[in-house]
Amino acid sequence: MSERYDGIPGTYVFDQSMARAGYELNKMAFALARKENREAFARDEDEFLARYALTPAQRQAVKERNWLRLIELGGNIYYIYKLTAAVKPIPMSELVARQRGLDQEALMREIAERDQAWRG
Amino acid sequence: MARIIGGIGTSHIPLVGAIVDRGLADSAQWKPFFDSYQPIRRWLAEQRPAVAIVVYNDHGADFFLDKMPTFALGLADSYPPADEGWGIRPLPALPGDPELSWHLAESLIEQEFDLTLCQELRVDHGLLVPMNLLWGSAQSWPVRIVPLQVNVLLHPIPTAARCLKLGQALGRAVASFPQDYKVVIVGTGGMSHQLHGARGGHTNPHFDNNFLEQLDRDPAGLAKLSRRELMAEAGAEGVELIMWLIMRGALDRATQLHRSYYGPVSVTAAGSILFANG
Repeated sequence: MSERYDGIPGTYVFDQSMARAGYELNKMAFALARKENREAFARDEDEFLARYALTPAQRQAVKERNWLRLIELGGNIYYIYKLTAAVKPIPMSELVARQRGLDQEALMREIAERDQAWRG
Repeated sequence: MARIIGGIGTSHIPLVGAIVDRGLADSAQWKPFFDSYQPIRRWLAEQRPAVAIVVYNDHGADFFLDKMPTFALGLADSYPPADEGWGIRPLPALPGDPELSWHLAESLIEQEFDLTLCQELRVDHGLLVPMNLLWGSAQSWPVRIVPLQVNVLLHPIPTAARCLKLGQALGRAVASFPQDYKVVIVGTGGMSHQLHGARGGHTNPHFDNNFLEQLDRDPAGLAKLSRRELMAEAGAEGVELIMWLIMRGALDRATQLHRSYYGPVSVTAAGSILFANG
C-alpha cells in the first residue's frame, strides 16, 4: 500500500498530481536559474512564457504574480521562488507572507511568538 | 583505514548565505546565530577531518523534475556553486575526493543502494550554507567534500527508515576505504518549516526538540516516522530532516557533544547537533 499524503491543511504535497499539472510551469521557472533566461524574461515576458506550454490559468497567475495560485496550479515552491527572483528578488519570508496575504513582519512575529511560547 | 570521527546535523537556510556574502555574520542581529556553531567549529578545528561527506538536497539548481534521482553521489574533482536564480555566490569551488567517492559508489552499490553517479554537480545552498556555518567563508576550503544528494522535492521521496539504512551502509563503506582518512559526515536541512500554501510559516519547536533528543538516543524510533507524519509535524518542507538520519545511521558509537536549538531564522527553525563517533 502506498502512503497517502493528503489531508494536511493548507498544504500541497508535491506528488504526482502536482508534478504532472505543474511540469511546464516548473520547467519555465527552472529555466530562470540561467542569466540569459532571466534577461529574456525581463526583455519580453510574453515571448519568454510562450516558449512553454503553460495553461491559460498558469499564464494568468504568472502575469498577476499570484504566488499562491501558482502553487495551487502545480508550481513547486523552489522553482516558483526562482520566478520571484526574475520578477523582483524578495526574501523567502516575503514569498511565504504573500501567499498568506500577510505582511512579512506579521508573519515573522507569528513565528517568533510560537518560538517564545515554547520556551515559556 | 578511513574512519568516521563524527557527525553533524545542521539547517541549511538560504538567507544564511546572503548574510555571509553581505559581511553581516558579525552584526548584532546575526552574531548569536553564528556563535551557536562555535562549539562545532572548535571541534572541527581540533579534529581536522580530511573529508566531509555532506548529505544535502538540491532545490532546483542542478536537478530538474525531468529526471530526479532518489540518491545521487558526487564523484567530481570539484563542485562549483550553482546559480540558483540570483547569480552565483562569490565562493571558491569545493574540492572533491574522487577516490573516496568512487570507493563509496562501489561499496554502496554492492550493499544494494543503487545511487545515481554524478561526475559533474553544481551545488546550491543546501550544501554551501552548511560549509559556511562549519568552515566560514573560505578563500580555500580546509576540507575535501563528497556530496550525497537526496530527493526531498518530488514525492515519493525516500522514507526515513531507508535513509537510516543508507547511513549505516555509508558507515561500512567509509570503514572499508584503505587510506587513513578522518571523515566527518554532515546531515543538512530543516528543522521545521513550511514555505508554501496557507500553512506557510508553520514551525514546531516541540517536535524539533524531540527530534534532536531522539536523534541522540533512539534514531531507529525516529526512522519509524512516516513521510506524512513528518510533514504534518515539521511542515512539508521540514521533511528534509530525513537527511539527518543518513548522518546518524553512519555513526556506530555516537556520543553527543553539542546541541543547539536556535529558533527561527527567516521562516525556518534552525538547529544543530554534533556527535563524536567511536
